[in-house]
Amino acid sequence: MRHYVLVVKEDCETCRMIQPVAAALALSAELRIFSQDNPDFPSGLPDLFTIEDDRELANSFELKIEIVPTLLCYDDAQETERLEGWDRSAWERVCGQTFSASLPAFRPGCGSKSQDPGMAEKLAVKYGSQQLKARRINIADGEDEVEACYDRGWSDGLPLVPPTEIRVVRMLQGTLRAADDVVGDVPPDYAPCSIEKIAINAVMAGCKPEYLPVVIAAVEAALMDEFCMHGLLATTYFSGPMVLVNGPLSRAIGMNSKGNALGQGNRANATIGRALQLVIRNVGGGRPGGVDRSALGNPGKYTFCFAEDETGSCWESYAEERGFSREASTVSLFAADGVQGIVDQKSRTPESLSRSFAAGLKVVSHPKMVMAADAFLVVSPEHERVFRDAGWSKARLKAELHELLQMPGRDVIVGAGGIAEGLPEKFKDQTLPKFRDGGLNIVRAGGSAGLFSAIIAGWGASGKIGSVPVTREIL
Amino acid sequence: MSSFLDPTAELAPESRIPLPRRESLVGLNVGLLDISKPRGNVFIARLDELLTEAGAIPRHYAKPTFTRIAPVELKQQIATECDVVIEALAD
Repeated sequence: MRHYVLVVKEDCETCRMIQPVAAALALSAELRIFSQDNPDFPSGLPDLFTIEDDRELANSFELKIEIVPTLLCYDDAQETERLEGWDRSAWERVCGQTFSASLPAFRPGCGSKSQDPGMAEKLAVKYGSQQLKARRINIADGEDEVEACYDRGWSDGLPLVPPTEIRVVRMLQGTLRAADDVVGDVPPDYAPCSIEKIAINAVMAGCKPEYLPVVIAAVEAALMDEFCMHGLLATTYFSGPMVLVNGPLSRAIGMNSKGNALGQGNRANATIGRALQLVIRNVGGGRPGGVDRSALGNPGKYTFCFAEDETGSCWESYAEERGFSREASTVSLFAADGVQGIVDQKSRTPESLSRSFAAGLKVVSHPKMVMAADAFLVVSPEHERVFRDAGWSKARLKAELHELLQMPGRDVIVGAGGIAEGLPEKFKDQTLPKFRDGGLNIVRAGGSAGLFSAIIAGWGASGKIGSVPVTREIL
Repeated sequence: MSSFLDPTAELAPESRIPLPRRESLVGLNVGLLDISKPRGNVFIARLDELLTEAGAIPRHYAKPTFTRIAPVELKQQIATECDVVIEALAD
């Protein structure tokens, strides 16, 4: 048994043009017509024919209509044909009749009202195609929505975007992952974390849907055992997760790797880092004064996320050093403190500039501490140029810094320099490297003017005893 | 009424839980907030006697008028100086 369904809107010129076709089909075949904007349209139909009012778009949504007019043909309740817009020969073939020769051979249709901007998510919420599992928190009429988020303890101290269902549905469109896919258990409560929970927190952080894959990869990286997120959260030390994004996606979503890369003002940088912290706070239950026992913290615990400036660099990127291709997009996490500047406006040789870097790096954690904290050295373009002009690779710079950062034991033992802090006496005749093997990393970022670079020191429990930097590909 | 999706692991109940009750008031600073309705002072004076007998340290505060919410400075002062607060709704 064959029947047809026609979906139209009066606002579409092609729909208006095919009114005689609809009338002819209504006379000769079993036909249902859904009208998206006017239940009296189309006109010219047989007297007893009833047009079905689809101004609520329930049927258009159910039928997955993208274009009007759309003619659907069913044989024994199975959809066998779908014609979008007007194509006379195709309509004649499907309908088994000829239509007026005055009609053009072809005319495209218009967008379905169910595809208007923002409508798809509204319909998905209204008609339940997106089954979200999170508990609904009812907000009383008198409650301010932003204050309601504060009152429930979800905020890091800054205002949140209220996580309404429609915003979360929109956020989930940023990933192909299923909403109920669980990425792992988030410390300190080790609560299971679904893509949906990440999306809710990404909404609150202010992310765009296109950032969601980066946030998901960042959460997955944070859950890697070697990153030691639980310890990093619980420590009395300053550190929190720093997020470094590499690859084409960092540019596609407009991340800042240039001027003020480590600062404020870029939505992607600001909200991706914040979303990770909110997942740890809300899903993991990690809060200052609770399991987060940091003595001082650092401002990066609100958000600390930037991209590496790869396009103008003479060096391979951090991700390439980690074995990823230049085409791959990755997220790397580092257990980081704040930023310490290195000013050197006079060095024009790599030998001199690397000594400046080494002098700055020696004070990471404490001038007498060795192989404790890792560090990232963020080299600005004007400093990088010194190494580029001299033909120094990143590996060469690392090797030179390694040599410059050999610390005589007598200078770093307990009591040396009149300072009680230091290594045990037994190390006094040894020479010790400031950083563990692989503990010093170099990336390039920053504005084109300014002979400054930056040290981002790491957690005092860097390495196998605590946290090592981790990298995940963004999929 | 609108609703939000819960961003947490849903380990805590949806409704907010009051702070835990104090087991004892001994040695605690107990704020007595007079909302400035007539005879509230009588009620609060009696509470002062009972609290002092119980070993608490009463501290007195008053709203300028019962018709409006307490000024921010007063709320901050009470939060800073007291462990517990009793609000007297005498009438």
